[in-house]
Amino acid sequence: MGFERFVFYVFAVILVYAAARVITVRNPVHAVLHLVLAFFTCAGLWLLLEAEFLAITLVLVYVGAVMVLFLFVVMMLDINVSPLREGFVKYLPMGFVVALLIFAEMFMVLGVKNFGAQAVAIPERHGADYSNTREIGNVLYTDYVYPFEIASVILLVAIIAAIALTMRRRPDTRSQDPVAQVAVRREDRVRLVKMKTEEKSG
Amino acid sequence: MTFAPLATEIFLLSMACIILIVDVFLRDERRVLSYALAQLTLLAGALISWSMLGNETQVVLHGTFVSDPMAALLKTSILLVTVGVFMYSRSYLVERDIFRGEFYVLGLFAVLGMLVLVSAHSLLTIYLGLELLSLSLYALVAFQRDSAAASEAAMKYFVLGALASGMLLYGISMLYGATGSLDIGEVAEAIALPGEQGIILVFALCFIVVGLAFKFGAVPFHMWVPDVYHGAPTPVTLFIGSAPKIAAFAMAMRLLTEALGGLYGSWQDMLTILAVLSLVIGNVIAIAQTNIKRMLAYSTIAHVGFLLLGLLAGTTEGFSASMFYAITYALMAIGGFGMVILLSRAGFEADRLDDFKGLNDRSPWFAFMMLILMLSMAGVPPTVGFYAKLAVLQAVIHVDMVWLAVVAVFFSIIGAFYYIRIVKLMYFDAPEGDAPLAVSPDMQIAMSLNGLAVLTLGIFPGGLMAVCNAVLS
Amino acid sequence: MAEFWEFIREPFFITLWIVAILVPLLLGVAYLTYAERKIIGYMQVRIGPNRVGPRGWLQPIADALKLLMKEIIVPQNSNRFLFLIAPMISIAPALAAWAVMPFTDRLVLANIDASLLYILALTSMGVYGVIIAGWASNSKYAFLGAMRSAAQIVAYEIAMGFALVGVLIAGGSLNLVDIVQAQQGSLVHWFWLPLFPLFLVYFISGVAETNRAPFDVAEGESEIVAGFHVEYSGMAFAVFFLAEYANMILIAALAALMFLGGWLSPFEGTWFESWFAWVPGIFWLLVKTSLFLFCFLWFRATFPRYRYDQIMRLGWKVFIPITIVWIVVAGGLVVGEVGPWFN
Repeated sequence: MGFERFVFYVFAVILVYAAARVITVRNPVHAVLHLVLAFFTCAGLWLLLEAEFLAITLVLVYVGAVMVLFLFVVMMLDINVSPLREGFVKYLPMGFVVALLIFAEMFMVLGVKNFGAQAVAIPERHGADYSNTREIGNVLYTDYVYPFEIASVILLVAIIAAIALTMRRRPDTRSQDPVAQVAVRREDRVRLVKMKTEEKSG
Repeated sequence: MTFAPLATEIFLLSMACIILIVDVFLRDERRVLSYALAQLTLLAGALISWSMLGNETQVVLHGTFVSDPMAALLKTSILLVTVGVFMYSRSYLVERDIFRGEFYVLGLFAVLGMLVLVSAHSLLTIYLGLELLSLSLYALVAFQRDSAAASEAAMKYFVLGALASGMLLYGISMLYGATGSLDIGEVAEAIALPGEQGIILVFALCFIVVGLAFKFGAVPFHMWVPDVYHGAPTPVTLFIGSAPKIAAFAMAMRLLTEALGGLYGSWQDMLTILAVLSLVIGNVIAIAQTNIKRMLAYSTIAHVGFLLLGLLAGTTEGFSASMFYAITYALMAIGGFGMVILLSRAGFEADRLDDFKGLNDRSPWFAFMMLILMLSMAGVPPTVGFYAKLAVLQAVIHVDMVWLAVVAVFFSIIGAFYYIRIVKLMYFDAPEGDAPLAVSPDMQIAMSLNGLAVLTLGIFPGGLMAVCNAVLS
Repeated sequence: MAEFWEFIREPFFITLWIVAILVPLLLGVAYLTYAERKIIGYMQVRIGPNRVGPRGWLQPIADALKLLMKEIIVPQNSNRFLFLIAPMISIAPALAAWAVMPFTDRLVLANIDASLLYILALTSMGVYGVIIAGWASNSKYAFLGAMRSAAQIVAYEIAMGFALVGVLIAGGSLNLVDIVQAQQGSLVHWFWLPLFPLFLVYFISGVAETNRAPFDVAEGESEIVAGFHVEYSGMAFAVFFLAEYANMILIAALAALMFLGGWLSPFEGTWFESWFAWVPGIFWLLVKTSLFLFCFLWFRATFPRYRYDQIMRLGWKVFIPITIVWIVVAGGLVVGEVGPWFN
């Protein structure tokens, strides 16, 4: 128990630090890298909750795929952050009030009274042979098969939408057609002209 | 476990995938096949769901899906309204060179989302259905890639829509925390039990109502409506303004009455505020518009106010009046936006009010159709809009909220002004240009059927009204 | 004292285990570089390194010493912290993945439930080292290399993931030990036969994932000098090198486990099976792994480098459709209990 709590606090502190840095660093690439760190520590916390499948999937999907693409895009863009920060001070008081309100509300609703240890029983610990992956598989394909299928349709729509919106031939862009380049024959490029040798003048 | 109650959804999904594949192999000049297939799919789907109207209420797939008469009726009307949408859209898309299979596939997926929403019996399914619908709509709004206005509209729609989904999801998660279930039946049971979860439930309700109001476009969560309606390509505006309103009604029914019926007192007050504000803002600001798409957007907001009136009455009478309102409003909306498409031609958008000037001289028949539609939106007898408003007001009066009825009537009289203004422009002003009206045959049929349906339903509203009553009792 | 021993015992043994895995692994890496130079040398009718030690056997040691003693140069306008941490980010997942690698059915450090998924997750993180190195160097060539590598790895990871889905459908588990045990029987019981397209896709994607020739556009010495590690020198460069070779060994070992029956004897089910009963399972695993490693080197000596768009086309338009189709086929084989694998 002692060691587990220690691990929890280590992950929690790193997570909070990384999350805070995501929104405070000036360089967008650093922000993305901090987000990666946040995801990674979050996965660590999920492991502590015996949700190893979700934890590994979080690393696989978010850290391994989504954030790589994100980083890819952010590195390509040359974002100047300073115009984005204009008006920060102007909106600060309002933002502060809203944040305070939301905090108060969350405290009231999600506080110890409603969701604390007395209100909600602490989940039972499972033995070493308990397989979180198997459990998820079992409910996903029985109880939740309908939502699962709808989610897959949503992803299909996302693919269709992405292709429909981006794949088009723009007349003003120049692109090379590698197939045509490879298929080029000598006759297309070089014209051999037979002619007599010319007399040297003079 | 049986899949029979899901017949409509499964059919629609399979057909959408088939069209997606078929479309890849079609050359541009034969693209019309995708269109025809999509229309056939919708009609067949409507037949399937109509045949389920008499079925018993059935909850299948571990409580995530419900098949009841209300779902059958709403699904049928969504599918039929979408048939109309697609009919109007074809020539517009062809003229603007965006007649592509993806338009119809995305449209079908949006319809699928609505169907999922209509027969959801779990908070999870409601959310997923809503996302499926919204995602398809975002893509459709941005469909005309070369239009800056459309991209801007899509961006606004997406950002605000995502925010609304977030609100809804937050509310749903609190509800789950308080009741321990996602199943609508179990949530309702848990709420009925006396407990100390009051404050969580009220907060959950707040977020859910905010999410709903966003999707409905009710004031004060209406900011996206005019911009999106204006910026989107007109066929998409037509789509957004019609069928999703029916789905939104179903969503409100499932969430508010079936799941949160125990909190009726709380949500009645919230809906009252939303309804009154929508009626006021929608009707007053519409007067100042010079663009007909924007004007119709504000008119939608006002109509949503009416729709909410029926819901907040909280009686079966109110719900069926509201349902009648949603279905007939969708019918009027496709007609109204359809007329914008009808007057447009390649390279020209007839979206200013002035474009309607002297329509009577150019085509008396379409001017007459527009007259019927405008009168119906204003709520003048003998059009269907009148009965829809009447039914809602009756329901409100029967629960002793006379002041609300008075407010509604007062603002719909103000609203009548801008509908009648179009009538004046059409009949009493001289046309600006003399370009002939070129209207494709399917558009002619759609517009005539649409106008006549509004008129016929107005003269004989009893049939649809009786069905609406029957499916709820 | 006894109490202290109790407290320290488990961490102590785990550390011992880690050392026992990593030392041979790093030695393996060192001699893989030697093998590479020798094998490619012979393929090109050269002799390869033969000066340091008998037959050049000490060449890797000499290389390591040389790199250790070189200065690490940090470019002036680079991001110092990220520049230095990038090699570590690159090698950490390559080594951490070995934690769940089974050498025989009992010889495994952490026999966790979803070991296949764990390895996939960790290998997918290796790309960060490359991207960060490319970005932090503040150099055009390095940046180009990083961009190429990111796009390539994302593309091939999907195909690789799908290939693994086929394996776990066939094996009925996410656990590598179970997957190997599901292949028991004989040489034709191994998964290379029912999952042949996935086997090919997996191995080729593995070559692409490790940025090896013919998919080495991230380094592309003829176009962008050395790609993402052009600014690195000394030990920092060596760590990238280590990571690449450790990943190669990992991919080869995984391919052996998932498709060639891991530690199972290839003579199982034949009449002379008992002749080889005394051979330890780990020997077979090493032989199979070496086979794949040889292929890595062979590819490098044989194929010219793919062009960037060809790599993308192969990944997205060939491999992903093949894997999707074959997942369906594999599902059909499993449900239909087709023999000799699934009955």
